[in-house]
Amino acid sequence: MQLRTLWQKLAAPIDPPLMTMSLILLGFALLVVSSASAERLGAQFFNMLIALLVMRVTAQISPQKLMYFALPVFVGGLLLLVAVALFGDVSKGARRWLNLGFMRIQPSEIMKIAMPLMLAWYFQRHETYLRLREYVVAALILLLPVGLIAKQPDLGTAILVLAAGFYVIFLAGLSWKVLAGLVVSAVAMAPLAWSMMRDYQKSRILTLLDPEADPLGKGFHIIQSTIAIGSGGILGKGWGQGTQAQLEFIPERHTDFIFAVLSEEFGLIGSTLLLILYALLIGRGMMIAANAPTLFTRLLAGSITLIFFTYAFVNMGMVSGILPVVGIPLPFVSYGGTSLTTLFLGIGILMSIHKHRMLVQK
Amino acid sequence: MEFKNPEQEIEGFQHRLAFAGGFVLLAFFLLFARLFWLQVFQHEYYRTRAEDNRISLVPILPNRGLILDRNGVVMARNYSAYTLEITPSRAGNLEAAIDGLAQVIEIQPKDRKRFRKLLDESKNFESLPIRTRLSDAEVAKFIAHRYRFPGVDIKARLFRQYPYNESASHLLGYIGRINDNDLDRIEEKDAEPNYRGTEHFGKTGLELKYEFDLHGQTGFEKVEIDAGGRAVRVLSRIPPVTGNNLTLTVDAKLQQIAEQAFGDRRGALVAIEPATGGILALVSMPGYDPNLFVDGIDPQNWDGLNNSPDKPMVNRALNGAYPPGSTFKPYMALAALEIGKRTAQQTIFDPGSYSFGGHVFRDDKKGGHGTVDMYKSIVQSCDTYYYMLSNDMGIDNIANFMRKFGFGQKTGVDIEGESEGVLPSQEWKKKHFKKPEQQRWYAGETISIGIGQGYNSYTPIQLAQAIATLANDGVMFRPHIVKYITDTRTGKALPIETQPLRTISLKPQHLETIKQALIGVNKEGTGARAFAGAEYVSAGKTGTAQVYSLKGEKYSEGHVAERMRDHALFIAFAPADQPKIALAVLVENGGFGAQAAAPIARQVLDYYLLGKQPKSAAPADSAEPEED
Repeated sequence: MQLRTLWQKLAAPIDPPLMTMSLILLGFALLVVSSASAERLGAQFFNMLIALLVMRVTAQISPQKLMYFALPVFVGGLLLLVAVALFGDVSKGARRWLNLGFMRIQPSEIMKIAMPLMLAWYFQRHETYLRLREYVVAALILLLPVGLIAKQPDLGTAILVLAAGFYVIFLAGLSWKVLAGLVVSAVAMAPLAWSMMRDYQKSRILTLLDPEADPLGKGFHIIQSTIAIGSGGILGKGWGQGTQAQLEFIPERHTDFIFAVLSEEFGLIGSTLLLILYALLIGRGMMIAANAPTLFTRLLAGSITLIFFTYAFVNMGMVSGILPVVGIPLPFVSYGGTSLTTLFLGIGILMSIHKHRMLVQK
Repeated sequence: MEFKNPEQEIEGFQHRLAFAGGFVLLAFFLLFARLFWLQVFQHEYYRTRAEDNRISLVPILPNRGLILDRNGVVMARNYSAYTLEITPSRAGNLEAAIDGLAQVIEIQPKDRKRFRKLLDESKNFESLPIRTRLSDAEVAKFIAHRYRFPGVDIKARLFRQYPYNESASHLLGYIGRINDNDLDRIEEKDAEPNYRGTEHFGKTGLELKYEFDLHGQTGFEKVEIDAGGRAVRVLSRIPPVTGNNLTLTVDAKLQQIAEQAFGDRRGALVAIEPATGGILALVSMPGYDPNLFVDGIDPQNWDGLNNSPDKPMVNRALNGAYPPGSTFKPYMALAALEIGKRTAQQTIFDPGSYSFGGHVFRDDKKGGHGTVDMYKSIVQSCDTYYYMLSNDMGIDNIANFMRKFGFGQKTGVDIEGESEGVLPSQEWKKKHFKKPEQQRWYAGETISIGIGQGYNSYTPIQLAQAIATLANDGVMFRPHIVKYITDTRTGKALPIETQPLRTISLKPQHLETIKQALIGVNKEGTGARAFAGAEYVSAGKTGTAQVYSLKGEKYSEGHVAERMRDHALFIAFAPADQPKIALAVLVENGGFGAQAAAPIARQVLDYYLLGKQPKSAAPADSAEPEED
């Protein structure tokens, strides 16, 4: 009986649909990671346990408490980003890490959650009089850290943080006119952005347009991952049977390009299943957002849900050759603890919002 | 200040959310469409590309065919030696790896140079030799340190070896690393697939001429490779087929005897079996060591061979053209008999010179030979007899007859680099000279043609072919070095050149007259001293070819620089009634043929007919100058 009550207590804040979809995704992930890089299976399993623990703890925290964290976490994250820009460690040509002596942290990762938290909190505070001024302030709150991250440079994270903030602003009701104006000016600014991009970023875009132009150099990643996906066919080559994956033709096959391994070995059936799982997860997240009691929780839940989408779409898009290569992992599936923890932090927040919806209404 | 209705606000939010949801669905549909395109419509194309990625055909080199002499003695073979090889794609920093290796095993700058050159020419996943021919001690030493050098391995490879070193070098030729020129030859034969992985190609001699027979069929291993080019496993294997063996008409021992007979003198010797045209020995002195070339000759040796005044790389037997001197006389006499300008008995009187057009042509013997018939003209080598005969016959009659014996044409022997030589005629002069006054043939020019001087210029192999044809009663063969090619797979032998080239129609009594005269040369004439005491009857003719033009002065050997001395020649066949061997000997700047060339012929004939080994390598050079 005691065991049963313990279980009940443990499961109390858990949302069963979200949990189910997450666990199926993690199971799928273990299958693919063990094929792509069997020696990392144990480590990834451990990463998953940590992430689930983070999720469980987060799910316990009420949205009201989360609101208290919003400003200090954001300001702290911003200060860390500034510190990175000033004293960060350089690795592979980018300044992304901050050495704290006992551990190295990547502050840009914090921003993925801190940004929607901050903006949702900001809009909640100004709920009653949202005008252009508030949106301009929100845009500044968004662009400052994004600029710092893009400058590291870490295009992938910058895009995710930008998207996270944008989703909050969009969901908060930024007028369509302004949105249309933004799109037009973005198109107009494209040449300027091009001139400001670093060479490797430019070459990624050029590579997308014509990967065969440099098949052994920059085009190699895209060509090999496309071959892997295409050669998988409908049914796939079977678990552990993908020649592109097993013979190491797919680059970074356990991290950013793991989708190519999945598609090669499990075919269209496997990749479609993954799409459906993401769609269901996103659908559940949207449902939670739609039913959320406050503006803060609505915006936060909506933004987090759409972040999952962004992760999935950008990663699968780049691996299948319709988007340029940016360093974004496949959510829940790619090997690595950091992004997994961030993702489950998001899942935990969604669960918390859902569990606490009644409390607030009362 | 505007207050918002919470209901309105929620509705607005839900609209936005619905819009985002629509966008998500659209984006996922786009992804699905892309995946469907790749995995269903384009599946075949990408499946093939994935296969191409993973499968590599790795050539397995065949063993090169052997070269054997007529008795089965191996003249070119392969031996296995250890090489130290680096696979660049696995070795990391190459310079550092080589520096590290150099601390364990001796690596010379020339090894590094060669490796760098190979690296430029190769694909990344090939393993390339940094050192060849490791000793057992070096192999053991490396194995103890192997863990320090990823991508470096000891491999057993086959190397070409010529066990007789300098002997028969011009005949065998050598192999060396494939260059652009060789690639052209391979392309011409459409043999590129069979040469995948092959590093060597025949450069000269038989190794070049029979390259495509000796090479063999390259085998292939279908290997699964990973992105780094490492072989993961073998999927299937087609074994290589060893190259065909060449069995030569050459007798390796005879070849060596002939070479030793030259001592350190320059020259050439070609010995032919008259009944088949098979070459028994083909000597060009000095020779060189073909083993030096096998894995890349070093600059020092290369310069040494190329800059030597003795020109060891030139194949004198095929490429050198020399005036035949008095060895031309028997053919002149035969022509006179055939055309009817002389009978054997007809005599002339030789006062010691012959005048024509105000020019005096001297005979070698002061005071002349007196009354001379055809037999005496050959045995004593009387010049005046042939001055007169030339004038009587005219240049075109001479040329037309000599052409039948192959003078002035390539023999078509089965190695490359043959010269044509010069068979002078009116037509030749017209073609060869540009100015009209030079194009005219002057009757005075015919006179010295008869004694093998003037424009006459023939290769030693032409002289050998001619005497072999004479010995064989006019039945002429293309001289050849390879007797048959053995298919190593079936064991079947493919004979080369069994049919005569042509038969020159000659009256038997005319042939008999000339042969008797040639026998007389070795019995009582200019070759008698060299053939004193021979246990067989031989036929021969001495010759001395002028290098230095003497303007009416008496030639005196001692006063002329060595390189200006006359070339010594000798042609012979034996046994006279049933010739088994015919040969031509040339000793560059050797002086008199009887003195320098005939003794070499004697040693060769003694060995070939009697199995006699010469007592000393160099023949006595002290004999008195004789009439030639």
